[in-house]
Amino acid sequence: MSEKNTKILRRDFLKAASRLIPGGLLFIMAPGTQALLAAVEGKEYDPSEHNYAMGVDIHKCIGCGRCADACKKENDVPREPTFFRTWVERYAIPSEGEARVDSPNGGIDGFPEVKDDRDIMRSFFVPKLCNHCTNAPCVQVCPVGATFTSPDGVVLVDREYCVGCRYCIQACPYGARYLHPEEHVADKCTFCYHRIREGLLPACVEVCPTKARVFGEVGQRSSPMHRFLRLNDVTVLKSWLNTKPKVYYAGADGEVR
Amino acid sequence: MQIKKRTNIKFNVPQQLIPLGILFILVITALIVARYLLVPPTFGELGHYRSQAIEDNLAHPMSYAGYYSCNECHDDMMELKNQSNHRGVACEVCHGPAAKHIEDPSEYLPDAPRDRGFCPLCHGYDPARPSGFPQIIPALHNPGHACIFCHDPHNPLLPHAPEECSACHRDIANQKAVSHHATLDCTECHVVAAEHLTDPRSALAQKPVERALCGKCHADDADASKGIPRVEMASHGQRYLCWDCHYPHSPEAY
Repeated sequence: MSEKNTKILRRDFLKAASRLIPGGLLFIMAPGTQALLAAVEGKEYDPSEHNYAMGVDIHKCIGCGRCADACKKENDVPREPTFFRTWVERYAIPSEGEARVDSPNGGIDGFPEVKDDRDIMRSFFVPKLCNHCTNAPCVQVCPVGATFTSPDGVVLVDREYCVGCRYCIQACPYGARYLHPEEHVADKCTFCYHRIREGLLPACVEVCPTKARVFGEVGQRSSPMHRFLRLNDVTVLKSWLNTKPKVYYAGADGEVR
Repeated sequence: MQIKKRTNIKFNVPQQLIPLGILFILVITALIVARYLLVPPTFGELGHYRSQAIEDNLAHPMSYAGYYSCNECHDDMMELKNQSNHRGVACEVCHGPAAKHIEDPSEYLPDAPRDRGFCPLCHGYDPARPSGFPQIIPALHNPGHACIFCHDPHNPLLPHAPEECSACHRDIANQKAVSHHATLDCTECHVVAAEHLTDPRSALAQKPVERALCGKCHADDADASKGIPRVEMASHGQRYLCWDCHYPHSPEAY
């Protein structure tokens, strides 16, 4: 009996081989074919595979305010100088006394001329925006679940569902939110979510003339963000609040809050 | 025995519980119905929010077309610009959002700023700008002329090499001008190749490397004017280079 069982008939062998060989070939080629198919068909976007972040190099920022201007144009932010999704602050640290910070109209129209820079020890520009915190205080306080962290790590606002109670504006330690004067909903930077999902850069990064802003994904070696984090001494704003921001600053002074 | 006894106990529903029970069931049903009606359809799919909101955010129209879109028609301009110092500056920085222009190139034309106000947003002097970034004082720099009269923004070569280092290093020049080193030329300490003036990154100005350079004036046996503070080079902070402690553009010793 056992002898008969172990003996493979030629017919059975061919049958099995005809099933196994194409399967095996497909298995070997699978990574390649999948990539090829994805490229042809456009791969289904899986948000859990992405974790977006931004890097800001203070040394490179020239304070032209093009980012704040582009942000307003891209995202229909009201032009009045009290509403910003991103803005540029100018810090001037004197040899003695408190640091002076100004941001007239978010830096969009330029900064007023410094008449006397003799007492300034250090001076630099700091672009600010929503930090897309991993532990976002605004998400925690929203009573209706209208602000949330998307699966790809971007803090978004649900305009349909926001009741405009302003709790999130109070909770944000970075002052990154405002109440939209016409729609009466909280509004803030979305990392240009509608652009990044299409593979484009956020508008502010797109127009930065000195590449002071870098956008990419954390943990993806090919991403410009990975290079930014590897090559710079980075800090985040108000790290002691444990909000775990995803906007990283290179060359940020201790005075920057 | 005990188990048997328990099963024998007859359970009577207290009379007052029956209306209460009905009320309870009604309230729960009302709550379920209310929840069904009030909670939006996609709420809670991914978390404590409406997952539809992600799609709503995606629906926002784009204004900026992106760096590579302009190349399809304006490749000649891109090529010119990409050889110049403005190679990193996207077209839409100056020309504004161009997505509409790409949809209908003849109907919608992007801006082209031509007035003097625009270029100083980047190139006007501000001590907060990084040193070496080309900066002018608009009030002093050929007032009345449009920038494009002399400079081509797509290939911003200088009409002539800057005569002063302060054209780009004004923050340092300003500091030096009020310091004890005011009368020293930059080239007294820095070796500046001619190419540095036209293409600064290709040949950076050399910084001093030896203590002896400062010693030319500050050594106790130096051949220099009497008012200059002197130190004994052999014993004064010999482990350090002079500029480890003193800032040469604004030296603090009196």
